[in-house]
Amino acid sequence: MRLERRDDVPLGLIATAPIAAIVAALILAAGLIAAAGVNPGVAYGEMLRGALGSRLAVTEMLTRATPLILTGLAAATAFRARLWNIGGEGQFYLGALVTAWIGHNLGLPGPVGIAVLLIVGMAAGATLLAGPTALRLRFGIDEVVTTLLLNFIVILFVGMMIEGPLRDPLAFGWPQSVPVDGDFRLPDLVPRTRLHFGLILAIAAAGLTWLILARSVFGMETRAAGLNPDAAQFAGIPLPRTLMGVACLSGALAGLAGSVEVLGVTGGVTTTMSPGFGYAGIVVAMLAGLHPMGVVAAAVFVATVFVGADAMSRATGTPSFIADVIVALSLLTMLVALLFTTYRLRK
Amino acid sequence: MSEAVDLLMSTSLWAAVLRIATPLIFGVLGALLCERSGVLNLGIEGIMTMGAMTGWLAVYAGADLVTGLLVAALAGAAMGFLHAVLTVPLGLSQHVSGLGITLFASALAYYLYRLLVEVGETPPTITPFAPLAIPILSDLPIVGPVVFAQTLPTYLALIAVALMAYLLARTPLGLAIRMTGENPHAVEAQGLNPLAIRIGAVVAGSALMGLGGAFLTTSAFNSFFPEMVQGRGWICIALVIFASWRPGKALLGALLFAFFDAYQLRLQTVVDGVPYQLFLMAPYVLSIVALILVARRAEVPAALMTPYRRGER
Repeated sequence: MRLERRDDVPLGLIATAPIAAIVAALILAAGLIAAAGVNPGVAYGEMLRGALGSRLAVTEMLTRATPLILTGLAAATAFRARLWNIGGEGQFYLGALVTAWIGHNLGLPGPVGIAVLLIVGMAAGATLLAGPTALRLRFGIDEVVTTLLLNFIVILFVGMMIEGPLRDPLAFGWPQSVPVDGDFRLPDLVPRTRLHFGLILAIAAAGLTWLILARSVFGMETRAAGLNPDAAQFAGIPLPRTLMGVACLSGALAGLAGSVEVLGVTGGVTTTMSPGFGYAGIVVAMLAGLHPMGVVAAAVFVATVFVGADAMSRATGTPSFIADVIVALSLLTMLVALLFTTYRLRK
Repeated sequence: MSEAVDLLMSTSLWAAVLRIATPLIFGVLGALLCERSGVLNLGIEGIMTMGAMTGWLAVYAGADLVTGLLVAALAGAAMGFLHAVLTVPLGLSQHVSGLGITLFASALAYYLYRLLVEVGETPPTITPFAPLAIPILSDLPIVGPVVFAQTLPTYLALIAVALMAYLLARTPLGLAIRMTGENPHAVEAQGLNPLAIRIGAVVAGSALMGLGGAFLTTSAFNSFFPEMVQGRGWICIALVIFASWRPGKALLGALLFAFFDAYQLRLQTVVDGVPYQLFLMAPYVLSIVALILVARRAEVPAALMTPYRRGER
C-alpha cells in the first residue's frame, strides 16, 4: 500500500475531516474513561448536559468559546502563512495586562474607553509577535522556539507586575491586578450570566479576518507566502512585509482575546486567568482547517469539551484532565484526517 | 556585590550546576538525535512530563529507582513512536504533530496521575536517588564534591553524552543517521531504509527525553506535580541549535545554562529589591539571546523537517 496525492480534493471530504477527527478522538478517549471505571456513554452524556443542557450551561460554554475563537483566529492566520506562532498564550496575557493597567485609570467615557483598551490590547499582542518574526526574517531564528519561550517570560512578567506596581490593595494579598474601571466592562449579552458582548466581537473578528484573508490582496499574498515562499517571492510578493503583516494580525487577535477576557469576565489580571487559551487556539485553528469561519465552530467544540468535562468530572469522578486529553487527541486525529483529504491509499 | 562574587567560589554552586544540567543534558541529547535524523520533535515538553510522571509512579508503586528510570524511558519511547508514525511514514507537519504530542502526553500524564494516585493536601512522595560518591575520585579537592558526589542519573547523563558523540561520529549507524538528516535519497540509494532510521532515532531520542523528565521526580524532587517541567523541553530545543547539533557542544550549552540558573537562584537570596520573577525569567531570556548569538552560523541538517516519501522529491 502507498499514498498517492489526489488531483483534486472533494469539498465533502474537507467538511467531513474535522467531524471524523472528533469522533475518532472521542472513541480513543472513551478507553481512558472506561479505565476510570466509568461508562463512557454515561460520561459523554454528562459532558453534553454540562455544556449544553441548560441556558446557564450554554452561556458558560459560549463565554469559554469567546477567547478560544480569538486565539484560534490568531493561530489560523499565522499558520496559513507558515508563521508558527505558538506564542498565543503570551500574547493573550500581555493583551490582558496592558488592558487592566491602562483601564484602571483612564479618563474617557465608557464606549470610547473600551475601544481604546481593545486597541491597546491588540497592539500589545501584535508587538509581542513582531519581535520573533523580525528575528526570523533578520537572523533566520525559528519562531517556534522564541514564541514558546516568550510565553514563560510574559507570564513571569505578569506575576511581577501584579505583585508590584499593579497589585490590587483590596485583594487581601491574593495576587491579582487592580481592576479596570467599571465603565469599561463589556455589557452582558444574557442578564445574570457571565456571557458578555465579547462573543459578538469575536464572531465579528472571524468575519473580518475571513474577508481580509479571502478577499484582499494582503490575504492572497499571505496564502502565497504559506504555499510556496520561493514562488511567492519570484512573483514579486514582498515576503518580509507580508510576514510582518501576518504577525501583526495574528498577534493582535491573541492580544484582543486577553483584552476581551479582562473587560468581559475577570475585570483584572491573574497569572491563572487562562487555562491554556493560547495553546488550545492552535487545536481550534487546525480543527477549523485554518478557515476563519470554521474557527467559530471549532471553538464551540473545544469549549463544550472543557466546560462539559468539569460537569462530567463532578458527576462521575473522572479526572477533568480528560478534557485536555480529548482536545489534544483531536488535534492528532485531525492531522491524520487532513492527510486523507490530500492523499489516498493505493494498493 | 562581593557576596555575589563569593557565591561563585562555593562548591555547592558548581555541584548544583551539574544537577540542574542533568535533565537538560538528557533532553538536548534526545532532541539532537531526532533532529540529526531529520525530525524536529516538539513533543519533548510533553514527553519529559510523561517521563517524570511514569518514572515516579513506577517507584511509588513499589519498583526500584532504576526500574523507574527504565519505565520513564519506555513511556518516552512510546510517545516518540507516535510522533515518528505521524511524521515519518505519514509525513505530517512536524511542528503541529510535535505540539500535539506535547499537549497529549502532558494531558495523559496528568489524567493518569489523578486517576491512579490518591492526592491529599500534599502530593505523595518517594525516596529519591541518594548521592552516589565514587570511591577515591570523590575525595579529590573541589572536583570531587562537584562531579563525583552526584546521583546515578547525572553520571548516566554524562556517559550518554560520550556515547552519543561516539555513536554519531564514529559508527556506521551514526553515519547513516546523519546522512538521513542531510540527504535521505542518498541513504535509500545505499540500500538503507531512511524511514526506519528516522523512526528509530525519534524513538531512541524520545526515550532520552523521558529519562530527563524522570530525573526531576526521582532525583531533583521526590514527587510529581503539574507544570513541573516548566519549559525545560523548549529550552532543550533552543540548546540543540545553540550547540550546532553536536553532543559535546550540547553538554557545554546545558552546563552554561544550568550555571546561570543555579547562580540566579542563589543571587535571589543576596540581592535585595529586585523582583524574583526577573531572576526566573533569566533562563528563558538567555535561551533567546543564545539563539541570536549563534544565528546564521548554525549548521542545520539539510533535510530537517522535510518528510521523505519514496518517489517524491
